[in-house]
Amino acid sequence: MARDRSPAALVGAATDDAFEITFDGRPVTALPGQSVAAALWAAGILAWRSTRVGGRPRGAFCGIGQCYDCLATVNGRPNRRACLLPARPGDAITTQEGHGHAELGV
Amino acid sequence: MPTRHSSDLLVIGAGVIGAACAYYAARRGLNVTVVDRGPVAGGTTGAGEGNLLVSDKGPGPELELAQLSTSLWHELSDALPREIEYEAKGGLVVASGTEDLAALRTFAARQAAAGVTAETVPGDRLGDLEPHLTPGLAGGVHYPQDAQVQPALAAAHLLRAAGGRVRLRLGEPVTGILTATDGRVRGVRTPSGDLHAPCVVNAAGAWGGELARLAGVLLPVRPRRGFVLVTEPLPRVVRRKVYSADYVADVASGSAALQTSAVVEGTPAGPVLIGASRERVGFDRTLSVEVLRRLAAQAVRLFPVLATVRALRTYAGFRPYLPDHLPAIGHDPRRPGLLHACGHEGAGIGLAPATGQIIAALAAGDEPPLDVRPFRPERFGDGAAC
Repeated sequence: MARDRSPAALVGAATDDAFEITFDGRPVTALPGQSVAAALWAAGILAWRSTRVGGRPRGAFCGIGQCYDCLATVNGRPNRRACLLPARPGDAITTQEGHGHAELGV
Repeated sequence: MPTRHSSDLLVIGAGVIGAACAYYAARRGLNVTVVDRGPVAGGTTGAGEGNLLVSDKGPGPELELAQLSTSLWHELSDALPREIEYEAKGGLVVASGTEDLAALRTFAARQAAAGVTAETVPGDRLGDLEPHLTPGLAGGVHYPQDAQVQPALAAAHLLRAAGGRVRLRLGEPVTGILTATDGRVRGVRTPSGDLHAPCVVNAAGAWGGELARLAGVLLPVRPRRGFVLVTEPLPRVVRRKVYSADYVADVASGSAALQTSAVVEGTPAGPVLIGASRERVGFDRTLSVEVLRRLAAQAVRLFPVLATVRALRTYAGFRPYLPDHLPAIGHDPRRPGLLHACGHEGAGIGLAPATGQIIAALAAGDEPPLDVRPFRPERFGDGAAC
């Protein structure tokens, strides 16, 4: 019999109500206390940034705020570390292209 | 102690000055050993911004050195790989008030008479050159000859391009200068052995004074601390090297007290570098929040857009300062066989090629490319006291 071995089940925790955030406009369900990266992963989304030079996909790597690979644009602000940032209802996550500041270029 | 190695020229310091000395000496056919207690560009060079400036120099020997270096850097940009991030981007010096502007224009006119290209820019045209520059500045001067490199990469690629005539000994501190009975230098001592050469170059940057003391001569190189703020990577927000006119006065000052003036520039890698502070506090690396606060505030006054981006980190370096703001380049008559190539303060990256060419010529027994008398190392008095 398959046992639910999620962290919440292991400690017998009951979460508060799920809420919705969006990723590039599409709805994603998040739980209170989940980081943006965890919510995206749970929805099967692994990449939310393209690299500056090669345009290659990037998502969470270290997951503990050290590697800066998981940078995302959150509510219009680029370079947020998705692995550290708690998801909040209504957050709009958008794929960050490169440095995320293209509009400043002259 | 056994003789481990012998070469024509021994350069102490693997920064950009030492690398340029080695590069030009190797091209003259000399065999060179470069020794450094740390890695390449691990001291003075790595903590610089990579400015190749004529704009901040008034007529005189330092400007002549800068002008020769400007043309040599241009040649090097063809000879060295693109990774050195050479950019002939030009400089823009701006003045906020009419009084500052008048002084700046007088300074620029004197520079122009000495061969510097200096173009006056009225206040209402500054935005054409730098769209993010704050409106309302009185005016500026555009210096198209100013350029930039990534200093650590430039030093490393100079050493690599020098080829097989240059041997690099990193992680080996020089603990003594070897002299013959007649007082002539014949090499250096390191913990792993003695290195022999008829010519030894002091290219130890901010530590050049200590090195001179090892050789028994006085060279009063002192560290002048400077902080640089580094922003998150950005697109091209600042096209040129942009700085306020009071930077020139700060550089020329001999004061030990803290001076800050906004110097802002983009880099090919993306981050914007924000300088420049100067203070004489010895070799103290303690982070100064006050300095950083002033740098950030001054940069935002010039480029308000910077208030919307984040500074990621900061680094501090020691600019090798000599009391008359000129480097020490050339033979030290007090210690035959010893040459100095240090004390360039905040201009060492820019002045490296001309310095290297001079040292290489002198080491080979030839005429240097320009008059080196203003840079003579013994000008601060004899070394009897040390």
